[in-house]
Amino acid sequence: MAYSEKVIEHYENPRNVGSFDKDDPSVGTGLVGAPACGDVMKLQLKISDLGIIEDAKFKTFGCGSAIASSSLATEWVKGMSIDQAMAIKNTQIVEELNLPPVKIHCSVLAEDAIKSAIADYKAKRQKTT
Amino acid sequence: MTLKLPIYMDNHATTPVDPRVLEAMLPYFTQVFGNAASRSHSFGWTAEKAVEAARDQVGALIGASGKEIVWTSGATESDNLAIKGAAEFQKDRGNHIITAQTEHKAVLDTCKRLEKEGFEVTYLPVGKDGRVSAESVRAAMTDKTTVVSIMLANNEIGTVNPINEIGAVVKEKGAVFHVDAVQGAGKVPFDVNAARVDLASLSAHKMYGPKGVGALYVRRKPRVRITAQIDGGGHERGMRSGTLNVPAIVGFGKAAEIGRTEMASEAARLLALRERLRQGIQSQVEHTFVNGSMEHRLPGNINISFAYVEGEAMLMALKDVAVSSGSACTSASLEPSYVLRAIGVDEELAHTSIRFGLGRFNTEEEVDYVTALVVGKVKKLRELSPLYEMAQQGIDLKSIVWAAH
Repeated sequence: MAYSEKVIEHYENPRNVGSFDKDDPSVGTGLVGAPACGDVMKLQLKISDLGIIEDAKFKTFGCGSAIASSSLATEWVKGMSIDQAMAIKNTQIVEELNLPPVKIHCSVLAEDAIKSAIADYKAKRQKTT
Repeated sequence: MTLKLPIYMDNHATTPVDPRVLEAMLPYFTQVFGNAASRSHSFGWTAEKAVEAARDQVGALIGASGKEIVWTSGATESDNLAIKGAAEFQKDRGNHIITAQTEHKAVLDTCKRLEKEGFEVTYLPVGKDGRVSAESVRAAMTDKTTVVSIMLANNEIGTVNPINEIGAVVKEKGAVFHVDAVQGAGKVPFDVNAARVDLASLSAHKMYGPKGVGALYVRRKPRVRITAQIDGGGHERGMRSGTLNVPAIVGFGKAAEIGRTEMASEAARLLALRERLRQGIQSQVEHTFVNGSMEHRLPGNINISFAYVEGEAMLMALKDVAVSSGSACTSASLEPSYVLRAIGVDEELAHTSIRFGLGRFNTEEEVDYVTALVVGKVKKLRELSPLYEMAQQGIDLKSIVWAAH
């Protein structure tokens, strides 16, 4: 299968690879996918008290499209409010990366990872307040 | 010598044509172009003579007579002709076919078709080493068993089956024994008499011959009968009609001759290269697992799972090297390799497998380049892998409830 230039570019130079301390109350962690399915994404968001995503990091086990989708997601969410990040749709990722139909699940996983990280952050906030 | 990129290490998929093979083929395109079935002039006679010589060359590779070779378009057709042809011819005697879960799709899908037509098929499981045991064949055989189809060597994990033992078991019960010998012929010793084989599928392009030509060995003594699947001018003793592809057949003959005469030296060279690659990788990368038997294996094959690194991402990282993966992402089905699943490899490890297929034209220099590249890329991809991070933190990945998607 031929990859789009954007997928290759993200794959070769992934943005925001790494981890935050998952116990930090300002960090939301999303871990989605399953090893048996060949895709696992971990996306972490560092969110300010005002609800702005100040930083994002990811690690992904998966194909080039999965790595590119999560790399792109971290790039997009930085500086966004929680509501803006929640509004990101997988179809926007598909469009940006020119993903073929067989790789659409990679973009779905990235959208799920964002939502899951925000849900984790909100759950943490509720506990502490 | 400078290293030339990209490097081809996917010799189970296909092989380049050996220059000696090409040289033998060339006159048959423009000078000796006759139809081998033309009996009325010298153009036909010379073409026929070349085809008969190639028959003897291919027969000699597997200990058969040239008279027992039927030309086909390739191994898929040979497998179809053998299994459908033998099953249909004997359908008054029985309707049971035995094969194995790790066979090539050309065999499995042929069997599935026959199931739809009322035949019963047993798909034998294999051991962790990837091999079919003669005992499991014996246990599956019934009075209704007419055809047993077991491959010589596996195309993914390179494991070699105990064909001689299986042949003896099949013959105790008098069923027809078909062997898909595509990956093993010309690579490891295979003799149709020692293994008591009735039908054997061969392909030219897996042994440095051209694509588009294959053969089916059909035993003459005692005679094995099959129902033709392609009707027409009655070529190939009525078993496979159609004008013969003379240049390709000449090339197949030459490829088989080289395979036979150089098998021992080439196997030794490939084994050394393969071990250099395997040891180079395994001594520098942790958490790697070889899939299938190391002892009973094609010399040029190694199939390795790199835990925590998805196979397709690896293929992308090795972009200047042609290898393949059992990862689901390389197939449209999103299912990982059925061969790896059959030998009990966990799904997550099946997704991380890479098949290296070394061949006649690979060099030590190429092996060293690929080794260094693999070592570096696995490290890079593990830095990116949440699974590797969790494993390093001592988290048991199996203890996590993953949301399957």
